[in-house]
Amino acid sequence: MKPLEILRRLPEILRGLWTVFKSIFEPPVTYQYPEVKRPVRERFKGRHELKRYENGLEKCIGCALCAAACPADAIFVEASENTDETRFSPGERYASTYEINMLRCIFCGYCEDACPTEAIVLEHNYELSFTNRRDAIYTKEMLIVPVPENGKPTPQHVPSGAFNRSIPEMKDLV
Amino acid sequence: MIAANLLEWGLESIVIILIIVGGFAYLTLFERRVLARFQVRIGPNRAGPWGLLQPVADGVKLIFKEELIPAQADKLLFILAPVITVLPALIILAVIPLGPRVQVGGQSISLGLASNVNVGVLYILAVASIAVYGIVIAGWSSSNKYALMGGLRSSAQMVSYELALGLSVIGPIILAGSMGIDEIVAGQRGLWYAILQPLGFLIFFIATVAEVNRSPFDMPEAEQELTAGYHVEYSGMKFALFFMAEYGKMIAVSFIGVTLFLGGYLGPYVDRFWWLGPIYLVIKVVVMLFLLVWIRATLPRFRYDRLMAFGWKILLPLSLLNVLVTAVVVVLVGG
Repeated sequence: MKPLEILRRLPEILRGLWTVFKSIFEPPVTYQYPEVKRPVRERFKGRHELKRYENGLEKCIGCALCAAACPADAIFVEASENTDETRFSPGERYASTYEINMLRCIFCGYCEDACPTEAIVLEHNYELSFTNRRDAIYTKEMLIVPVPENGKPTPQHVPSGAFNRSIPEMKDLV
Repeated sequence: MIAANLLEWGLESIVIILIIVGGFAYLTLFERRVLARFQVRIGPNRAGPWGLLQPVADGVKLIFKEELIPAQADKLLFILAPVITVLPALIILAVIPLGPRVQVGGQSISLGLASNVNVGVLYILAVASIAVYGIVIAGWSSSNKYALMGGLRSSAQMVSYELALGLSVIGPIILAGSMGIDEIVAGQRGLWYAILQPLGFLIFFIATVAEVNRSPFDMPEAEQELTAGYHVEYSGMKFALFFMAEYGKMIAVSFIGVTLFLGGYLGPYVDRFWWLGPIYLVIKVVVMLFLLVWIRATLPRFRYDRLMAFGWKILLPLSLLNVLVTAVVVVLVGG
């Protein structure tokens, strides 16, 4: 490098210093995390939730397609029979046990894709830390959403023949 | 009389050590906060109000870290190196006057341990150069190629920049006609030497940035190339000592720069109220430290060959020219 090159670039250095100095007056971009949470994107894949219909019945019918689709083998589903006296979900069966091992889950969302009733949805909660391997197993009670306002908790006592269809009728998009 | 002198020296030594040690702790916080603001972040603000306890937390963490000594290392030198590095930073402030002379109980006391030594500048240059031994020894005794490269770069850089540093300091010496720091400060009563010696001040500043291994001259500890340079193998409190040396030297060179070029403790009304002296000094030093952080936030690291070329082909001739012009002008004006 020619010796005078640096002197010729001195104004550039000063310009750089000024640019950096101006940034001191900009508001910081930091989110003060535990107090202020950065909103996630709408399609963010966080912790799973098991959804309910508006009347309070669980959407999950215990078909275990999610468990079959899961590439990490993180989901365990055990189904039991519904009756009209003790009805958890529409159709024949419901998930009596539903567990997700969060140590195995890779949040790929294949379970969501596989679900025929849109029962399992990856939602926006990403605060999944735990200090014990056993706490990594999220049970059905932890995953299922609360009963909606005008619904009833499961199991429900329903008139016979009202909820025979497991999978809701799909509406054609117009 | 002797007892009073011992008391005075003892108190002043404690103050000087506290300035460096306490200043080091809070300079790390200052740097992290200011750097964060330059980068539009907030910086550490969790430990205590405004993060004021962060240095304490860092210190406690470092104390509890395991101290590793590599099996291949030269143990004695490995342990000695951080001590050699940190000592100069601690003692260099001894010749800096922290304020004007104070009358206490009929005695005239100088604020500053040995500011009336008639070779103060020489002392500064001599002591400042010792630190490089620590760095070179650390790099060599670690028996690690990155550490060795860091140590080598450090010594090469020091040799190149110390010449310019020494020559830039000659300006104030010529103007004051003395090597004593007290006289140099007193000589700036009318006009700061930074105004009479703008080139000298610029060279001094660049050379000190190189001397304390700060960005953009942080060759010896270039993270990307040398992982951490000469202190790769150090951990725990030995690493903390290197850290302390680096920041202590930052404070020390800021004090020296302020004293030699920016009028030291001088300022308005300092003759009437002696306690304004240390306040002015600290304000000026903080401005210098801010400048160092600012430059770190702005400039990327020099390439090694350019660093050497800049030192030998630009800074050295310029500082020689500066000395020459200053000397001629002083002779002509008859200063």
